Amino acid sequence: MTASVLDVAGVVPRDRHASFSARPLVCENCGARFEPEPSAICLHCLGPLVPEYDAERSLPSPDEIAARAPSLWRYREWLPFDGAPTLSPDSGFTPLVEAPELARRLGVARLWVKNDAVSHPTLSFKDRVVSTAINAAHAFNLDVVGCASTGNLANAVAAHAARAGKSAWIFIPHDLEPAKVLATAIFAPKLVRVQGTYDDVNRLCAQDADSFGWGLVNVNLRAYYGEGSKTMAFEITEQLGWRAPTAVVAPMAGGALVTKLHRGFRDFSNAGLFSGPLPRLHGGQATGCAPIVRLVERGVGRIEPVIPSTIARSLAIGNPADGLTAARAITETNGWAAAVTDAELVAGIRLLAETTGIFAETAGGVTTAAAVQLAQSGRLRPDDEVVLCITGNGLKTLDPLTDSLPAPPVIAPKLSAVAALVES
Amino acid sequence: MSLQVSLPSVLSRLADGNRSISASGKTVGEAVADVSRRFPSLATRLVDDSGQPYPFVTYYLNDEDIRFGGGFDTSVRDGDELTIVSAVAGG
Repeated sequence: MTASVLDVAGVVPRDRHASFSARPLVCENCGARFEPEPSAICLHCLGPLVPEYDAERSLPSPDEIAARAPSLWRYREWLPFDGAPTLSPDSGFTPLVEAPELARRLGVARLWVKNDAVSHPTLSFKDRVVSTAINAAHAFNLDVVGCASTGNLANAVAAHAARAGKSAWIFIPHDLEPAKVLATAIFAPKLVRVQGTYDDVNRLCAQDADSFGWGLVNVNLRAYYGEGSKTMAFEITEQLGWRAPTAVVAPMAGGALVTKLHRGFRDFSNAGLFSGPLPRLHGGQATGCAPIVRLVERGVGRIEPVIPSTIARSLAIGNPADGLTAARAITETNGWAAAVTDAELVAGIRLLAETTGIFAETAGGVTTAAAVQLAQSGRLRPDDEVVLCITGNGLKTLDPLTDSLPAPPVIAPKLSAVAALVES
Repeated sequence: MSLQVSLPSVLSRLADGNRSISASGKTVGEAVADVSRRFPSLATRLVDDSGQPYPFVTYYLNDEDIRFGGGFDTSVRDGDELTIVSAVAGG
């Protein structure tokens, strides 16, 4: 979407929100600079735009950050706005949970779970990116937001839009998990099920953003949206006592999370908020949809899209927009990428739950199973301090577990029946 | 063969403001070459230096990503629709 199209679609001058504004944009591919606008595409080369920060801006110390409210906005100097955000003030700062038993099982020195399964308000890391996107929509006076989604983003956009009093158009694949459909519909957006895969939905939304002047968070607002993911790296660094782990394992769908984790750790390293190397970034995908893993394995070339076939629906993006940058982030940090089967990801959900008390959705099963595979192949080492990024809640994807857990016994309400079970 | 080519707004600027233009050719590649001849400013945003699709756009022939077919060698028929979309979206 171009600036001119949005101008005629009703974007008001920025001085309407004099105390709060979005940062200017710069093209990652050719370096061209642009005024703040709801656009994600360079007018010159069509490359991706990202926010441009003032290199001379004043940055807070660790003590100043620690004194702020426990939300992702405590890192506001690294988020793409000038002035105080007015919407979605309380997402982020999820627990970092040490998991010694899982560390022992994997054979690494220490391991933590970054638990975005309890993210406020919609139980996935998408609350982070929608927090920044909804404020971008506010900065541009866009009253209608929306997205193409595999589920978690739909939940988040619908919830954040409801709270902000904005209309939402949300497009999802027609056969999405029922829990994710209901957990979106409850917020009363305009929810549309599209016949096809997520990639079909995404293509349609790219055309929508070009036609209706909406703020589609992962289309024309994605330059601002993506920055929210950096806060996961910021929180990990702070919660470890202002140091980085040696390795991070994260799930990959479109590839944006790994890309932004890299940026986030680099931002804090550049700011002197931790010393030493960046963590090795490892990515996980399901074997039925692993275009980024395959690119990492090949080492060169372009993303080769696939038609997804996996129960990990939240990762089922066959044509990942940030696949190339994610692969670069992995390679540049000496990380690796692992693909796991659906059976392995279910086992991963169970392993995580049984060793940490954290119930992850299928993407979390991919992350855990990928960590197992990386440990077995020596990519995670005995001296490693590892963080697993768990990005969504297991209550959203119960179906894959239905046949994998033993049915609990049914007994008469008699003490003798309990005794019989205890003795068996 | 004659087909209709839909452009995103960011590319329509380079095609005299047209969002939809006619093209001819037996394959997607020939149709794209036809468009490039008529709108030279578009050429470098449709095809890269090696003759492959420009990396920041995705081509859909009748809603199917041409990478699942034969790429630029994919055959076209009269009345087909070729949609060009920015690759920077989603996730």
